[in-house]
Amino acid sequence: MSGWDWTSDGWVTLVAAMSAISCALPGNYLVLRKMSLMGDAISHAVLPGLAAAFLISQSRAPLPMFFGAVVVGVLTALLTQAISRFGRVEEGAAMGVIFSVLFAAGLIMIRQATDHVDLDPSCVLYGNIEHIGLEAAVGGMPPAVTNLAAVLVLNVVFIIAFYKELRICAFDPALATTVGINANLMHYALMVIVAITTVANFESVGSILVIAMLIVPAVCAHLLTDRLGLMLVISAMIAGLSAVAGRVLVVYAPGWIGVEADTNTAALMTVVAGMLLLLAVLFSPEHGLIGALLHRMSFARQVMREDILGLLYRWHEMTRGRARSMTRDEILNAVGRNFLSTRALRSLRRRGQIEIDSPVTGDALHGMRLTDTGSRRASEIVRGHRLWETYLRTHFELPLDHLHMPAERVEHFLTPELSAKLDDALTGPDVDPHGKSIPKTSG
Amino acid sequence: MILAAANERARTITDTGFEWPTWPAFWRTVSLADYNTRVVIIGTTLLGIAAGVVGTFAYLRKRAMVGDALSHATLPGIAAAFLITGAKSLPPLLIGAAISGVLGILCVLGLRRIPRIKEDAAIGIVLSVFFGAGIVLITFVQKMETGNQAGLDRFIYGKAAGMIFSDAALIGAVALAVLAGVLLMFKEFRAICFDAEYAAAQGWPVMLVDVIMMSLVVLTTVVGLQAVGLILVVALLIIPATAARFWTDDLRTMTLLAGFFGALSGWIGSSFSALLPRMPTGAVIVLCTGLIFFISMMFAPLRGVIASIVRRESLSLKIRYQNLLRAIAEVEEQAAPGISVPYAHLLAERSWKPRQIRGLIRRGFRRGDLHAGDAGGLALTSEGRERANRVLRNHRLWELYLIRYADIAPSHVDRDADMIEHVLSPEIIRELEKALAEAPPIPPSPHAGEVFA
Repeated sequence: MSGWDWTSDGWVTLVAAMSAISCALPGNYLVLRKMSLMGDAISHAVLPGLAAAFLISQSRAPLPMFFGAVVVGVLTALLTQAISRFGRVEEGAAMGVIFSVLFAAGLIMIRQATDHVDLDPSCVLYGNIEHIGLEAAVGGMPPAVTNLAAVLVLNVVFIIAFYKELRICAFDPALATTVGINANLMHYALMVIVAITTVANFESVGSILVIAMLIVPAVCAHLLTDRLGLMLVISAMIAGLSAVAGRVLVVYAPGWIGVEADTNTAALMTVVAGMLLLLAVLFSPEHGLIGALLHRMSFARQVMREDILGLLYRWHEMTRGRARSMTRDEILNAVGRNFLSTRALRSLRRRGQIEIDSPVTGDALHGMRLTDTGSRRASEIVRGHRLWETYLRTHFELPLDHLHMPAERVEHFLTPELSAKLDDALTGPDVDPHGKSIPKTSG
Repeated sequence: MILAAANERARTITDTGFEWPTWPAFWRTVSLADYNTRVVIIGTTLLGIAAGVVGTFAYLRKRAMVGDALSHATLPGIAAAFLITGAKSLPPLLIGAAISGVLGILCVLGLRRIPRIKEDAAIGIVLSVFFGAGIVLITFVQKMETGNQAGLDRFIYGKAAGMIFSDAALIGAVALAVLAGVLLMFKEFRAICFDAEYAAAQGWPVMLVDVIMMSLVVLTTVVGLQAVGLILVVALLIIPATAARFWTDDLRTMTLLAGFFGALSGWIGSSFSALLPRMPTGAVIVLCTGLIFFISMMFAPLRGVIASIVRRESLSLKIRYQNLLRAIAEVEEQAAPGISVPYAHLLAERSWKPRQIRGLIRRGFRRGDLHAGDAGGLALTSEGRERANRVLRNHRLWELYLIRYADIAPSHVDRDADMIEHVLSPEIIRELEKALAEAPPIPPSPHAGEVFA
């Protein structure tokens, strides 16, 4: 392919973006209501609707096929509910039963009709968006544009008109019923919208993209925000972005890897959406993996710093301040010699919590001791530790050798306020169960 | 298949006629006379057994739709294997399918652990994104000189008709492996299917058992792709198991039954599609499982819809009938035994429809509990009185119990007792009597003196 061509690629991108956004909007509610797979089921199950409408009307007239498919789509939702209620079948399995049987019926019907007409099942799966480019190249606006624009407008209007009802049903259907909203009716209204959207998108982008766009942008948006309104907007933006990026990749990517290939726009959009989801999973500020990892790492560093402070405090206490300071090697041997501990030592010096007391000798033999700020912080930590041991001993009657480990873990979470409360609860003990003195608050 | 092809003739657009198979053709298919048909039928039957058996555990482990994600996730592996080997030989393609299928399952399990992503969304994401990636790779395959899409299409829609002996043998081997695995691990599978957390607490290696179970699912799915296609293979896993569930509460029976249903569908489905023109085998097999499912759901005596409706109706008939007897007994209590109660009084007693109450009265006459009293009313026979007093006694005992031990106001106990009186077993009655030691044969109504509007 030779570069971007506005007349064809422009239209294709527009169609792709419109269908992606029209799916992404109702998709938010499916994701929130944990019904993502309903989109999957409906989009597979409309096949027999299309085929039946074709067999009955003996034509590919769009209107009967549209209605046939929508009816079967809504029927899928109804039948799933009926089977899981009357047959006491788990909902996921009920959905699997219904959609696969309907899809199979659809395949057979198409196969029966296939001598007459090309109602190609693969077209149903991954659409024929490339065709739109050809149409546009031949002349003017492709007809798919008006259809999709209508569906997009319908979805936007539906969501705006029933914003409050949809929101309350998405989060708490029982509450919705008590405030006088018919949650069941809203459920089926949503199913009708999903069915209409699915069917309208079939010809252009195919059912796999419909499933992807119903779920993926909404999940991305859900990772990024807690507000429903914003979630809708973000999901629409992600859907649009996938469409544009997908088409750009179709035009340029084969050139980059040196292959001459017409890739499928719809499929590539799905992959792009998947990549965007991966980014959201990694980088979402609140729920992202990277954020969680960073948080865990910074906590691990904090624990290491506090362990070193505690170590130096206890050393000082044990030797009653008479012996020399601990050397770097001794410290590292005690807490474990690794990246974390050497870094913690550097950071403690930078924070002015420990200092080197004989800067003349080589680094390995440096004596290290607590500064005043360091020893204040260290006494807080040790105080928390020993108060906790005392608390466990007094209130849970744990044996002496079972006190250290839990305290070692809890000391990093005890703020001075919590320590003060423990102190109150224990009426100000002087020594911990091991007979070590509990440092008093400095000040 | 040859027969079906021979039947095919040029059709016009208005021709919706259907060529029925001739009797000899039918016989040849049923008796497995043709080599090709024999291979296909045996292959799909074995596949049905394997999928039904392993599907039982996937269903009980609530992994039904994970199977769907798995089967869609095999596509990129198939396409990639094709791109790498450039050949259409089956083993590398199936290995590719298995690898990317497992990757898909891992993605589902991984995504599910992200705070905002629920299981259903994780399944949908994996299913669509992997499939999309597969289609992208397939478009590259199409550009290769050796490649044509027809070779890979069969994995999407299935092409059981093209099954050759080695395919059927492979399915047979997998079916054997699945059966052996299930036999060996039956206890372990059962433990994690019913309560994984309890199993873990008991020291079962839940993770390992889960991995073995899912490997069997992956194996079955991968060999099933060719036969029924990746969209429909999940049906073979779910539907026979779900259908079997209606018939039994016993896992052993359910597993056997699911395997049997799977086999039956495979056999009937492929026979049908061999006999009739233009019948894609995979789809027909799935329709057969659907039919079995429907029959099971409707008619299974244990959990079927009709059976439970019948049970519910007979219980509610019994309840209504007992209420009628009690209504008469209560009038007798106020007046004298043997009094004739007018029909209009009974009609006013409860919100019975006239037709309903006439039915109940006929039932009473039939059973000899009622006889026609004076002035067109109804009276209890002596057997009827005994029965009615028993119900009345249950009702009163329960009311007393509620008032005394549950501290419920006398005005509120009537409805509760109304619901429970019909299902009190003799043991419970004895316990009630013990608890209410001094209770008279029929305790007096706690509502005595109340004025009912």
